[in-house]
Amino acid sequence: MAANGASLRSLLGTGRAGPLWELFFRFGPPRWSNYIRSHWAGQRLVISVPYLWLLLFFLAPFLIVLKISFAEFAPLGRPPFESILRWSEEGALQIKLLFTSYSYLLHEPLYVSAWLYSLKVAAVSTVLCLIVAYPMAYAIARASPASRYVLLMLIILPFWTSFLLRVYAWIGLLKTDGVINNVLMGLGIIDAPLAMMNTSFAVYVGIVYSYLPFMILPLYANLEKHDLTLLEAAQDLGSGPVRSFFSITLPLSLPGIVAGSLLVFIPAVGEYVIPTLLGSTDQLMIATLLSDEFFRNRDWPRASAVAIAMLLLLVVPIMIFQHFQNRELKGNKR
Amino acid sequence: MKIRRFLTFPNVALALGLAFLYAPIIVMIVYSFNNSRLVTVWDAANSPTLRWYVALFQDRPVLQAAWLSIRVAAMSATGAVILGTLAGLVLARFGPFRGRALLRGLATAPLVMPEVITGLSMLLLFVSLEQLLRVLLGWQFDRGMLTIMLAHITFTMAYVTVVVQSRLASFDDSLEEAALDLGARPARVFFQITLPLIMPAIMSGWLLAFTLSWDDVVVSQFVAGPGANTLPMLIYSKVRLGVNPSVNALATLMVLIVATGVIVAAVMMKRAERRREREMRMADAGG
Repeated sequence: MAANGASLRSLLGTGRAGPLWELFFRFGPPRWSNYIRSHWAGQRLVISVPYLWLLLFFLAPFLIVLKISFAEFAPLGRPPFESILRWSEEGALQIKLLFTSYSYLLHEPLYVSAWLYSLKVAAVSTVLCLIVAYPMAYAIARASPASRYVLLMLIILPFWTSFLLRVYAWIGLLKTDGVINNVLMGLGIIDAPLAMMNTSFAVYVGIVYSYLPFMILPLYANLEKHDLTLLEAAQDLGSGPVRSFFSITLPLSLPGIVAGSLLVFIPAVGEYVIPTLLGSTDQLMIATLLSDEFFRNRDWPRASAVAIAMLLLLVVPIMIFQHFQNRELKGNKR
Repeated sequence: MKIRRFLTFPNVALALGLAFLYAPIIVMIVYSFNNSRLVTVWDAANSPTLRWYVALFQDRPVLQAAWLSIRVAAMSATGAVILGTLAGLVLARFGPFRGRALLRGLATAPLVMPEVITGLSMLLLFVSLEQLLRVLLGWQFDRGMLTIMLAHITFTMAYVTVVVQSRLASFDDSLEEAALDLGARPARVFFQITLPLIMPAIMSGWLLAFTLSWDDVVVSQFVAGPGANTLPMLIYSKVRLGVNPSVNALATLMVLIVATGVIVAAVMMKRAERRREREMRMADAGG
């Protein structure tokens, strides 16, 4: 619309009609946003309802977490911390910020190993997810439109069913006397049951299984848009399918790979249910430590410091994700 | 021809991947009909049996928790749809305004926020609000269903916002513009034109918010008071102790109900879309 206006104006030049056109374009047909901005008092209300909600229930909580992470732990208090603000006897406001919780996080070996383990689990699971998801997304994107709909439905359906129960289902499969061991022993492939439950292997399986749709869907959305004539051209020029894949399809699908990987990596770092149900109790992930500090030790300042540290770690991936998300939403515009 | 042959590897991978996705669920369903209390030992003599299903319907805590979860999920989804639609509309249509970038960030951040962080921060907010209300107004409120709902609305509205915003971005605002041009008030334009156009997005947003709330255990565990126990919280406390045949039965019921609901909704939406396309084609041909 605006582009049309500009080109029309340049066509007409700035003859005698110029100022008149100028006027027409300035006060011409109202765009929804312009109209609302200039005419409707209610717009502020429409903007402010979701805005205030998010400020109160999403932003304010983080500020409170930040505040409490600097507070002093008071094991017997209700709530169990001392306020960082205090009125001194002379009536002056004192602010006491303690960094003990943070320095504890940096120096306690348990925490350091939990951080490294969480990052490792998230990174390995993301790569495994990508390896499993890429061929699946590729096959769906190249299927006929009718079967494509059914296949997508099959991918999304588990996502709608309970996450907790799908993780639970793996306990029955992976246990020492579970289905996989029974089948393998029944077939005579192994003599003694494999120890799969409560290992890192079980955590990887659980995360890859639960987050697979999050990887497949962005990849599919990207692969589906590819121009297949590029592959034909490459073939005509003598390039083999493997080479065409690595020099055309893979580079083109990079945005889908990044989006899917972030959708898996970010929540996997803070994953709580999967490691507590399937993982080992010797090697904890950071989310489990946070919840233990909070519920078992009632150390709210330390739990808050863990949360802030996790956020700082994830802020860069989250911002990259939002950047891609916004580009995707803008790209939808026809 | 070479391209076609290349397709076989992805197709095999797709079949294996789908088997990977569905095998655990199928095993769980099969074992829910197993008579043995030792879940993974198949008692061939007395199976299949409906024993665990009967036990389930006599289990009062499970039924109470399920009823609480249904109410929480329905109300959270409704709240999330109202707030998420407003946020999506503002982001897609209202053009630039001061603080838009912040709103955009706040609206999509819950999508990837680890659940433990959301849970902890919401609980600390509710504790602070509790203190504040007690000191200022003398009100006393206990954490429970209300706090779970507030938390669920906040993290599920992000999903609704994204769905609605991308639906609004998929068509331009010429219809809305025309209506404004003809003198309709913005509120009327919204209810008569925008809302019907984004209704499919709102409906799938509601379903998404409902299932996310219905399924949530981590955030609920943080913000629920001692009295409120949702179904996932109950399942989680049982599951931590190991595999349990009545959980298998419960899981089977939940999976089947959700699967039926989602498939019916998808088929209905597909049909509605086809009908609309046909009408559009006929309108084009007629015009």
